[in-house]
Amino acid sequence: MRTIKYILQKEFLQIFRNKSMLPIIFAMPIIQLCVLVFAATFEMKNTNLYIVDQDLSSHSRQIISKFEASPFFTIKNVDFSIKKAEDKLFEDKVDAILYFENGFGNAVDKKETASVQVLVNAIDASAAGLYNAYILSVIQDYNLKLGSSIQTMMKNQAVQQVKNTYSHLFNPEMKYIPYMLPGILVLLITVIGLFLSAMNVVREKEIGTIEQINVTPIKKYQFLLGKLIPFLFIGFFELGIGLIIAAFVFKIPVLGSVWLIYLVAFIYLLTILGIGLFISTQTDTQQQAMFIAWFFMIIFILMGGLFTPTESMPEWGQKINLLNPVAYFIKIIRMIMLKGSGFMDILKELSILSLYSITILSFAANRYKKTS
Amino acid sequence: MLILFGMPIVQLLLFGFVITNDLKDVKMAVLDHSKDEYTSEIINKIVSSGYFNLVENLDNITQVDETFRKGETKVVLVFEPDFGKKLIKGSQASVQILTDASDPNMANMEVNYLQGILQNYNVEINRGKQVPNQIIPQTRMYFNSKLESVYMFVPGIMATILMLVSAMMTSISIAREKELGTMEILLVSPLRPLQIILGKVTPYLILSFINALVIVGVGYFVFGVPVLGSFALLMTESLLFILLALSLGIYISTVSNSQQVAMMLSMFALMLPTILLSGFIFPLRNMPLPLQIISNIIPPRWFIVIIKNIMLREPAWNLFGKKPSFSLE
Repeated sequence: MRTIKYILQKEFLQIFRNKSMLPIIFAMPIIQLCVLVFAATFEMKNTNLYIVDQDLSSHSRQIISKFEASPFFTIKNVDFSIKKAEDKLFEDKVDAILYFENGFGNAVDKKETASVQVLVNAIDASAAGLYNAYILSVIQDYNLKLGSSIQTMMKNQAVQQVKNTYSHLFNPEMKYIPYMLPGILVLLITVIGLFLSAMNVVREKEIGTIEQINVTPIKKYQFLLGKLIPFLFIGFFELGIGLIIAAFVFKIPVLGSVWLIYLVAFIYLLTILGIGLFISTQTDTQQQAMFIAWFFMIIFILMGGLFTPTESMPEWGQKINLLNPVAYFIKIIRMIMLKGSGFMDILKELSILSLYSITILSFAANRYKKTS
Repeated sequence: MLILFGMPIVQLLLFGFVITNDLKDVKMAVLDHSKDEYTSEIINKIVSSGYFNLVENLDNITQVDETFRKGETKVVLVFEPDFGKKLIKGSQASVQILTDASDPNMANMEVNYLQGILQNYNVEINRGKQVPNQIIPQTRMYFNSKLESVYMFVPGIMATILMLVSAMMTSISIAREKELGTMEILLVSPLRPLQIILGKVTPYLILSFINALVIVGVGYFVFGVPVLGSFALLMTESLLFILLALSLGIYISTVSNSQQVAMMLSMFALMLPTILLSGFIFPLRNMPLPLQIISNIIPPRWFIVIIKNIMLREPAWNLFGKKPSFSLE
């Protein structure tokens, strides 16, 4: 125990002595968390709409006023010329064009099929899908309104209809921040943990101080524990700050148990630190260690389900993801915070993570040799 | 060396296929109070659409919460009792869609897709009768008619990889010389500062440029992302962007005194803003105004605009004036 205490003392001294690292470790994640959480949103706002109305009937006007009333759309212009509208689209000034041709209103009145053209700037595919869905839903609403007035007129001819209603559970206001904040928090903890641990042993190798440790009677497990515990503390500390910010600044209620989050975080951090130490023992220079850590980091993050849902990935992508600790933790922390999942609900993910951490730690311990 | 070239290719291949917002195989549960031929027909239609997988049949409304809490099922469909009878006699029956909205975007899409399928079903059972729905929107997607998310992600990944790799390589290499003490040797040599920096930058410039070529190549041959505009222009802009990233790297290395600091700065300070504030995944215009203003100084933002414009539409020269080609030193 005493030996470990000395190693811990050395590690903490090293961390807190390095004045230029301190703000990077402690301040930067917090700032990034607070600022970037606002950036991660698919909520639609300010879609620039250009309307070409060659019909000028009451129907087209009613639809246009529906779009005007919607908070998602800003109507840039209402005009006659489709040519001008297309030019604007090509210049990237508008996101979508709504085009009513002459005769639209007449067709609606005669109960014939009337069509309205929706032209979308689809360079940004995900945004375009959203514009389109919103525009269609506005038109669909209008259709329903028409439909009900027609249905009363056609009592004799029964039209069968399946109606649907929907409700969004756990997040009825469809806010993004409660969804994104836990994910970004996981990410920041991961980056700090992985990089600090990956650079640590290899740095001692590069500077040559590892030799000094190797000739002391410190045992292997003591050395590794001494390396792990400080980073575990840093990770816990940042997680705590992040949760406090979530609860008090962003007012996200933590539905599940905070202790459960910490239990998961403990196992998760062991996995991440294990990967870091493993990289560290396998490489000779900090540069190498960093590039490898970076490689895994980016893969873990982009495949972790933070920004794009893991369920949308192809089959083999999901298989690879079984090896991705970030994906598990993001999933679990969201389940606990947003849905109040309990221990039994996350048991499967948790046991996989535990198995993972044990495997990777024993690998790392195995690869670290006191003789070179 | 292998890492330098292999990494971007592996990442691009991986992400090109993996990063997508498209709906696919959403796990769905059904709570069917009536279990008649109509409900099973609707369920069949939904499952055969390929967007949804039926994983569970529930018997009780209280199970819904529990199912969602386990985290696998994302949407539950509730059919009212006597669904079929009501449909035939009263000509109206209703189904309720419950979503797990902890992911708001997915929940929205699920509802949209399900409503579309139900709408189709309505049209189908009323075939031959006059259908009350008359306004049919015809959508046309410009520049990316199939709404391939790959078109969107290849430029984004290209910008991210070039930005991070270039900035990291230069910042580390100078910090390393400082840490090992060899920087002193360079400083006392008769080389002028400009020469040292040029010498440091050129090899990485060439490396990154090859990387850019490879990425565009992979995008073109593997994912079929076209290069509609001028290829030479694309490469010139890439060169400019790489130069910018490299200068940023040098700037970082001058303010940091160890490799660790240099790395944390170039990784940590650059990674998330590059991914989040560049419009790579999240559309910029949805962000709050202050963030939109901040995004103006994020170089990848402009680079992504440029590559997208060159790749996906005919070149329009007036767009390229926007490129900020400042060099930080």
